[in-house]
Amino acid sequence: MSLLSLRSVVKRFGGLTAVNNFSTELQPGELCALIGPNGSGKTTIFNLITGIYAPTEGKVFFDGYDISGKKPNEITRAGIARTFQNIRLFKGLNVLENVMVGHHLRLKSDPFSAVLQLPGYVAEDRKMHEEAYELLQAVNLAHLADKEPTALPYGQQRKLEIARALATHPKLLLLDEPAAGMNPQEAEELMEFILHILKAFELTIFLIEHQMRVVMGICPRIIVIDHGEQIAEGKPELIQNNSRVIEAYLGVTENA
Amino acid sequence: MKIKRNTILTIGAIAVFYGLLIAADNFLNTYWLRILNLCAVFTIFSVTFNLIFGYTGQFSLGHAGFAAIGAYVGALLTLSSAQKQANFFLQPIAPFLANLEVPFLPTLIIAGLLAAIIGSLVAWPALRLRGDYLAIATLGFSEIIRIFLVNLQPLTNGAMGLKGIPEYTNLYWSWGAAIVTIFVVKRLIDSSYGRAMKAIRDDEVAAEALGVNLFKHKIMAFAVSAFFIGVAGALFANLISTIDPKVFLFTLTYQIVGITVMGGMGSITGSAVAASLYTIFLELLRPIESQFNIGSLVIPGIPGMRMVIFSLLLLFVILFYRKGLFGQKEFSWDWLIGFLSRKNRKKSNQALISDEAAEKEQKS
Repeated sequence: MSLLSLRSVVKRFGGLTAVNNFSTELQPGELCALIGPNGSGKTTIFNLITGIYAPTEGKVFFDGYDISGKKPNEITRAGIARTFQNIRLFKGLNVLENVMVGHHLRLKSDPFSAVLQLPGYVAEDRKMHEEAYELLQAVNLAHLADKEPTALPYGQQRKLEIARALATHPKLLLLDEPAAGMNPQEAEELMEFILHILKAFELTIFLIEHQMRVVMGICPRIIVIDHGEQIAEGKPELIQNNSRVIEAYLGVTENA
Repeated sequence: MKIKRNTILTIGAIAVFYGLLIAADNFLNTYWLRILNLCAVFTIFSVTFNLIFGYTGQFSLGHAGFAAIGAYVGALLTLSSAQKQANFFLQPIAPFLANLEVPFLPTLIIAGLLAAIIGSLVAWPALRLRGDYLAIATLGFSEIIRIFLVNLQPLTNGAMGLKGIPEYTNLYWSWGAAIVTIFVVKRLIDSSYGRAMKAIRDDEVAAEALGVNLFKHKIMAFAVSAFFIGVAGALFANLISTIDPKVFLFTLTYQIVGITVMGGMGSITGSAVAASLYTIFLELLRPIESQFNIGSLVIPGIPGMRMVIFSLLLLFVILFYRKGLFGQKEFSWDWLIGFLSRKNRKKSNQALISDEAAEKEQKS
């Protein structure tokens, strides 16, 4: 059974159709990329999956349940985590606390026991602390645990955002342009990192990316969209030679 | 080990503070006692405002309204039936209130609970809004509450207000409530719930994507704040013994915002210090409102002159300490001990190096 399934999803903003009749399936353990020219609706598809927008038509199924129109926090609870195109770390919290926010959704103690620091809450908080630290160790950021997130280099901020998303224990991870603004070496490291967490955390990863080096290097399956519609799907080699993809990216000569 | 030391220090500090309160209660005149009580009330106002704005990032201007609810509950539940009759001479009081008299502690709790309930009800629709829109909506609600107070004659005695409220508030009640407020707010913001609130402040979209229920946490901040504002309102009513709807104009909210900004958004220490400084300075500046001379220049007494000076002070703080006096920093024992030992080390550096080595050895 597929983990994520989008069934003829449509999203309209007034007269503009941002996503038109988009369908796809993601199998557990898969690493799939979503590419397309600027403004083609990639991030809108992510926002439809994570509940920031509700689809105008069509349905989104996750793990067998209909999640279309659910709130973002409910969808995260169901097991979908994401990162953002522009880094959105919590500036007022340190690196460790940023990750601990991702653990908050599993907290069982009520606010009263948190204020009174009853044993139940204290134990949970300690466990949260330990798990967050272990997660930072797993992504090699443990030595920066008490730093301000803004003090981190760009590549590590990206990594921290991924670690924070992992703290919610997702089954599906959505990465919105994880390599944006990275130099080739950082992008290389990121590719390895993505492959590492895919195995280590038994994830399914769906990513948007502009750097073809990243996409072609690691993703066995690529979906290409333009103007909100899927124009191609398949292995990297097929996509590279697909005439519609080339057309969408480079345009066509009118009097050829 | 370390946590234990800090707990002992905190308990010690509270004991010393309690001793100071006893001393103040015995040796200071009623004028100064009232000022110290007001310091506590404004500390509560400012700390709770900080919880909503400084930590959860919701710009709410409903403080005066919540304080009014607390104050009126505090007044109506403590006034004796004879006093109530004397107050409500135009129109009789609602029958169920006429003979109702409740001891002070339950009164404070009821005042807090009612403010919290109304605060949550107000927040329910208002929290769909963000930023400036939330500020305008809550400001509106605060004014609506005041208009209700003016027009609900049988309940509130309308614009004439309530007089002869028993002066139950003393230093122990007011500072006791302030310490409980600081304790609860501090514990809350340091907990996992507090981290979620700060996450909402820093980035709502990211917080929600991490599974934080925005509405639940915002309502929580509102309800906790409103509870303690209500308590502070009741303390206030039982301190100044006369209240009317005009006391709770939006200017009260602006004062609280001003104090909190001065102390530092996101610093409880800042709120407490700024609230006390503000209250005391405003009293010390009172002579300015009467006539005085600078050389041959005669300045006539202008009522409200203090507020001009306060505005200038606020302007000064915003220009030169943009994050307030404390920024987001908090007082902590670790900081104090670190600061003191650093000072000591400087001294011993100038004296003998071997001494410092011995000190270090002792420490380890």
